[in-house]
Amino acid sequence: MLTRLISGDRPRSIVLTIILLAILIGLALAPFLFPGIRSLETAARICIFIVLVASYDLMLGYGGIVSFAHTMFFGMGAYGVALASVHMGRGFDALIVGTLAGAVAAAVLALLIGLFSLRVRAIFFAMITLAVASAVAVLVSQLSSLTGGEDGLNYQIPRALTPAFKFADGRLFDVSLNGKLLNYYLVFFSALILFLLLLRIVNSPFGRVLQAIRENDFRAEAIGYRVVYYRTAATCISAAVAAIAGSLFAIWLRYVGPDTTLSFEIMIDILLMVVIGGMGTMYGAVIGAAVFIIAQNYLQELMAVAASATAKVPVLPLFFDPDRWLLWLGVLFVLSVYFFPTGIVGRLRQGR
Amino acid sequence: MSDPVLSLQGVHTDIAQYHILRGVDLEVPAGGVTMLLGRNGVGKTTTLRTIMGLWRAKEGRVVFRGEDIAALPTPAIARRGIGFVPEDMGIFSDLSVEENMTLAAVSGPIDAERLDWLQSVFPPLRTFWKKEAGTLSGGQKQMLSVARAMIEKRRLYLIDEPTKGLAPAIVATLAGALRALKQEGASILLVEQNFSVAKALGDTCAVMDDGRVVWAGEMATLAGDTALQERLMGLSMESA
Repeated sequence: MLTRLISGDRPRSIVLTIILLAILIGLALAPFLFPGIRSLETAARICIFIVLVASYDLMLGYGGIVSFAHTMFFGMGAYGVALASVHMGRGFDALIVGTLAGAVAAAVLALLIGLFSLRVRAIFFAMITLAVASAVAVLVSQLSSLTGGEDGLNYQIPRALTPAFKFADGRLFDVSLNGKLLNYYLVFFSALILFLLLLRIVNSPFGRVLQAIRENDFRAEAIGYRVVYYRTAATCISAAVAAIAGSLFAIWLRYVGPDTTLSFEIMIDILLMVVIGGMGTMYGAVIGAAVFIIAQNYLQELMAVAASATAKVPVLPLFFDPDRWLLWLGVLFVLSVYFFPTGIVGRLRQGR
Repeated sequence: MSDPVLSLQGVHTDIAQYHILRGVDLEVPAGGVTMLLGRNGVGKTTTLRTIMGLWRAKEGRVVFRGEDIAALPTPAIARRGIGFVPEDMGIFSDLSVEENMTLAAVSGPIDAERLDWLQSVFPPLRTFWKKEAGTLSGGQKQMLSVARAMIEKRRLYLIDEPTKGLAPAIVATLAGALRALKQEGASILLVEQNFSVAKALGDTCAVMDDGRVVWAGEMATLAGDTALQERLMGLSMESA
């Protein structure tokens, strides 16, 4: 049953299985295990980025296609929900319409970019995605009457998903049973379903052809597969899933802006998460997103503790100054790429 | 001899600025094995790749069963019934043997009887069925490469030096498989440097030099004429 759920794609390492189960349980019970707004924010962000990074892995790790427009697709989903909620008013219908519109628009744009550029060489696709993503980011900040420009958009989501909505007796294990909790589980279960769907796709015959194309596209053509169709299809699926992740983000945050959904920094983050977790493994997205987001959110605190613990030692507190957390984050990434060139998942599978 | 299943008429192919094929004329009779011979660098591999559309003919016709396929995309050429075994084997090393074979069956699920036969011809395929193809030995990879082309019946097989660098026992296995294909009625265009294999399998033969076919005829004629061999290829195949 469980094997069927994960499409027969076993983790193939005991340590990896334990880590994945820990992340799954941690996220499933996050509101109860780690009470507090900040930890819930972190957990929701991890769920959303797992989907976003896994959808990118479908393209990069399985299809061998480098794209710099993944945040653009993510942003399209987010703005879809935001615009639908602004124009249609608060309601689940607005969320559904916004999500579907964002996913379809992302897939269509991916189709157009793919058919124009993937036909020639994969590198042109990377260049064109970079250009289109930059153009869309500029467009979004310029069309302020529609998108709110740099300020972004605030909107209302159904009351059942907000903290104001209470249900049952209001508390369970000292955790407030409110709409925010429901919102979290909407994000969690949607992310889980999307991840399992992506796992199904990469383990289907379509996924195998993609892997074959990544390894030797001439050979795949000579067997009889139209490489451009498969690459384009992978791009469209990946874009649509990224857009849905964006929609979940918009539902969770109740705000969209260029910095939170379209910035190039998010694109770099996605790339790092895929590389740290392990390309072409899908499970790498889970580990990469969890490690990266936890580091992003808690490294500063950890360093403050280290700085105060070493306060009496000369020089060391300077290194652990919380303001230098980005430097240490960088060092962590360099070390992880150096020691795990095939990503954490690749390393764990080799060492089984 | 019956009508050709494939004929090349005045085919020219450039690779970057190099003019490699300079008017190749070649016929592959239906149901026979045609050996494509010649020294290194005369355009044998380029001829096979041009037929598959992996390199485009800039001039000339490639006629397969009456249809000019020179301008068709490679997958369309493959799906017309041409199986290709490249010199570098081209196996997908990250995928298992099973996945490699499943991918090669483009028309649908693998025919169980045919798979059983292939696994009996190439026993390592059965032994390492679930193993990653990248972990196989050179000979096993070559078996997989040939078996992958044979998993579905094709009208024509283009096979590029399948026995290159392999141990004699594996060469014998591969030669046996090609013989079985021949008995099945398939047409084969085979680039082969191993003369004993070429002599044993070949019905007809074409010798290339400097991007052209300079001699074509019965394999037996070439095999029996040492002087002709030396004139065409600069060496006697008996001594090669």
